[in-house]
Order: sequence, then structure tokens, then C-alpha cells
Amino acid sequence: MFNTGKELLNLCEEKNLKIYELVIEKEHTLSGLSYDEIKSKMKNTLEVMKNSATQALDKEIISVSGLTGGNSKKVESYKNNKTFAGPFINGAMAKAFSTSEVNASMGKICASPTAGASGILPSALLSAQEKMDLTDEILVNALFTAAGIGEIIAKNATVSGAEGGCQAECGVAAAMAAGALVEISDGSPSQALNAAGFALTNIMGLVCDPIAGLVEYPCNLRNASGVVNAFISADLALANVDALIPFDEVVEAMYKVGKALPESLRETALGGLAATPTGKELEKKVIK
Amino acid sequence: MKNYSSFDVLGPIMVGPSSSHTAGAARLGKIASEIAGQGFYKVEFYLHGSFAKTYKGHGTNKALVAGILGFEPDDERLRDSFDIAKSKSIDYEFIESDLGYVHPNTVKLVFKYLNNDDFYVIGSSIGGGSIVIININGIEIEFTGSYPTIIVKYKDKKGMISNITSIIADAEVNIASMKVTRDRDDATMICEMDSQIDEDTINNISNIEDLSYIRFINTKRS
Repeated sequence: MFNTGKELLNLCEEKNLKIYELVIEKEHTLSGLSYDEIKSKMKNTLEVMKNSATQALDKEIISVSGLTGGNSKKVESYKNNKTFAGPFINGAMAKAFSTSEVNASMGKICASPTAGASGILPSALLSAQEKMDLTDEILVNALFTAAGIGEIIAKNATVSGAEGGCQAECGVAAAMAAGALVEISDGSPSQALNAAGFALTNIMGLVCDPIAGLVEYPCNLRNASGVVNAFISADLALANVDALIPFDEVVEAMYKVGKALPESLRETALGGLAATPTGKELEKKVIK
Repeated sequence: MKNYSSFDVLGPIMVGPSSSHTAGAARLGKIASEIAGQGFYKVEFYLHGSFAKTYKGHGTNKALVAGILGFEPDDERLRDSFDIAKSKSIDYEFIESDLGYVHPNTVKLVFKYLNNDDFYVIGSSIGGGSIVIININGIEIEFTGSYPTIIVKYKDKKGMISNITSIIADAEVNIASMKVTRDRDDATMICEMDSQIDEDTINNISNIEDLSYIRFINTKRS
């Protein structure tokens, strides 16, 4: 068992295991389920993720409130234009939007780690699969790596926007995805944790300020930018960019920053974009 | 430190948009209807706090109705629950209200029956799709629906607890937690168990004398 990134790395080294192998072993010990059962359960999770990340690519899906929708399709059809970020990054943003739109329209998603941030991990994995021609088994393994990183953050900090702001939702989702991407690229356990730490570092302090208190805007934008954060964080770690602050301390800092955020910036719709004149106007329109 | 399952972190698999306002609401509706019992023709939902403020945009209303129809939080029929309720001639009403000093995501569900008294259940959605039931017909309780649960009401007298628990023990089922409260002569016992109990065992418990109410909540956590 492990409670911190350091313990996780020590165990990986001691047992000569990858992060995902350690996480599956832990799941087996905790649940009593067989390795096959655990993997097939995660395969089911992957299927839900694949569906949510692709449903809105060619179909305009509008939210229950009517506030948002249709952006996934827009970005997907734009991605092959003369773009700055290229078809890969634009395609990944379209997939992140897709899950956000499915979520906001009462479709089925997997909270990863929350519903509000559920677009990031599916898009990261699916985009990587398309680009690198990966098997589902590799993605399932990467999901266990993501879960292990998410678990450490949940234990030592928070994954709730009401407690820690958006950094605790989209930030953690990006950290989990970054670690998973490193696993996919056969990076080392310490590179995976560095990637997760970079993702959190890049958006530390990000506030949770949803218009009308709904899981829609700017959540959808932050899912799109969150998956980009995951990709660049994974690349930075794989390039061995110096991680001066260890992962566990980054997590602790994120938690403290979250605690220091005023309540108005923690999912109350009282601050940030939600409190702008236009934000309030939109709130009046959707909350009738 | 609490150990999380990988499927706590990557989960629940649910219908969006909000684990607390949608998935939790569906679970509340489902468990409340199991406690109240079938046969209701109408349910009134008294919405408190954030539930009252954002229920339309979060689909809390549709999720609650789906719950009383018996749907799980990952059932994609959630968004069509109003139509399904109508086809089953079940009426519903949402009333924004103040339920006092309770969790911001709290709802009181009042079940209406033709030939029986109203039955009410109050519960809160406490985050990540988890819920807690805090009141049944005025009796303050606390149970989370994470385990198979049996709720019984009986005239308080000596030996009742051991009568009930020995039947559960005979069925080779372990009790995870147990709470007994008393209001005048009526006692309510809530017993959370590590595993399911079969129908025979429930029948054996219902045959105990002076038992006025028994419900078995067969919860599954996805």
C-alpha cells in the first residue's frame, strides 16, 4: 500500500514494478477480485470514456440548461485547417469538449476524478491511441496509473472544486492524464510523477467559478485546455525537464493554495467569471 | 488513511452533469422509494439549498424522478424520466423550500398513497454521488446506503434486538453497523450488513411479533 508519491516510487523500485502493476496489485488486495475481473471492470470504464469522448464530435449536443453545446463539433471540423496547434492538439480539445457536452446533456460519463473534469483523461488516452496505434490493454493499464496518482492526491489533498477550486478538479485530471501518458510512452515511475507534478504546477491556483453554478462554462474550456496541459506535462517529463519540487510537495502546495482560496472562488458561483455582469445575466437566463 | 479503490477515483460511471446534483439525486430517489415502498401515485420533492437553486440546470429534478422509478445513476433513461413517470401515471412536484440546518444538497421526498398515509424521507447528497438518509417520517437516522440495509420498526420491548440479529446471524450474514433509536414506544432499528440477505430471512424477521414495518434496501454501488 502507498499513501504518497515517495512511497509509490519506493515500492515500484523495491518490487521492480510499473505504477499500474502496483495499483492493480493493491486493488486485488483491497477488493478480493481477481486480476482479470479488475482489468475487465476497467475495460468497461474505458468503453464509457471512449463513447463520451466521441459522441459530440460530429453531432451538436446541447446542455440541459441550454447554456453550452456544439463546441466539440466546431473544433473537430476546424482541426484540419491551417491551425496553430495542429490537428492532434485540436482533435484532443474536440474530444475533451465532447465528454463535457455529453455530461452537461445528461449523457453517460465516468467521473475522472469528477464529472466536471471528466473530459480530460478520456481525450488524452483516446488521442494517444489514435496517434500511436495503441491497444486497449495499454490504455487500461494507463488508467490504473491515472487512478494511482489520483488516489494519492485524494488522500493528501482534495479532488473537490468546492474545497480546492478548479486546480483540484481539472488540475488533478490533467495530472492523472499526464502520468498515464508517461506510462503509455514507457517512461519511468518517477517521470510519471514528475509529469503529474508539472500538470498541477502549470495551473496552480486555478479557481472554480462556474456560470450559474452549472458544470458547463468555463468547465468545458478547462477540460479542453486541461488535456493540452496533460500532453505538454508528459512531454516535459519525458524530456527530463528538472522537477525542482517533488510531486508530494506540489500536491501539498496545491491543497494549501486551495484552502487559501476565498469561498467565492470555490464552486459557489459568487466570484470569477460567474460574478461578471455577463455571467450574472446568463445566470438569470438559465435559472428560471 | 482511507484506502481508495481505483474505481472510487475513476468513478462513478454516471449520467451527468454533476455527481452530487445528478448521480446523488438519483440514488436518493431510489433509496427513498425503497424505504417508502411501492404503490405511490405522487411524490413531492422539497428542494433545499443548492438543490433548490440549481436543480433545473443540473437535471436534479429528472434524476430524482428517475430514482423513484428505480433507475440507477448510470441509467441513460434519466433524462427521459418525466415522460416515463407520466406513462406509469406517477405524478411529481418540485417545491423550493428551506429544510433548516442541513447539508446544502438536501431533499425531502413525500410519497403519496391512495389508501395509506403519506410517507416521507429526507436525504442529502454529500459529494461524489454519495448520499446519506437523515430522516424517515420524523425519525432522525443516518445511513448511507453503501451496504445492504434492513430497517425495522417495532413496539419497544425486551429481546427484540436479539430476536432480529439472531435471525441475521443464522443466515450467516455479518452486521457491519447497527443503530437503534426510540420515539416513545416505537423503536427503529437500522442494520447495515456486509452481504445480501435472502427473502426467507426477511420473511423470518417480518414474522416477529409487534413488528410494524420492515424494509430491505438492496443497494448496489457501481
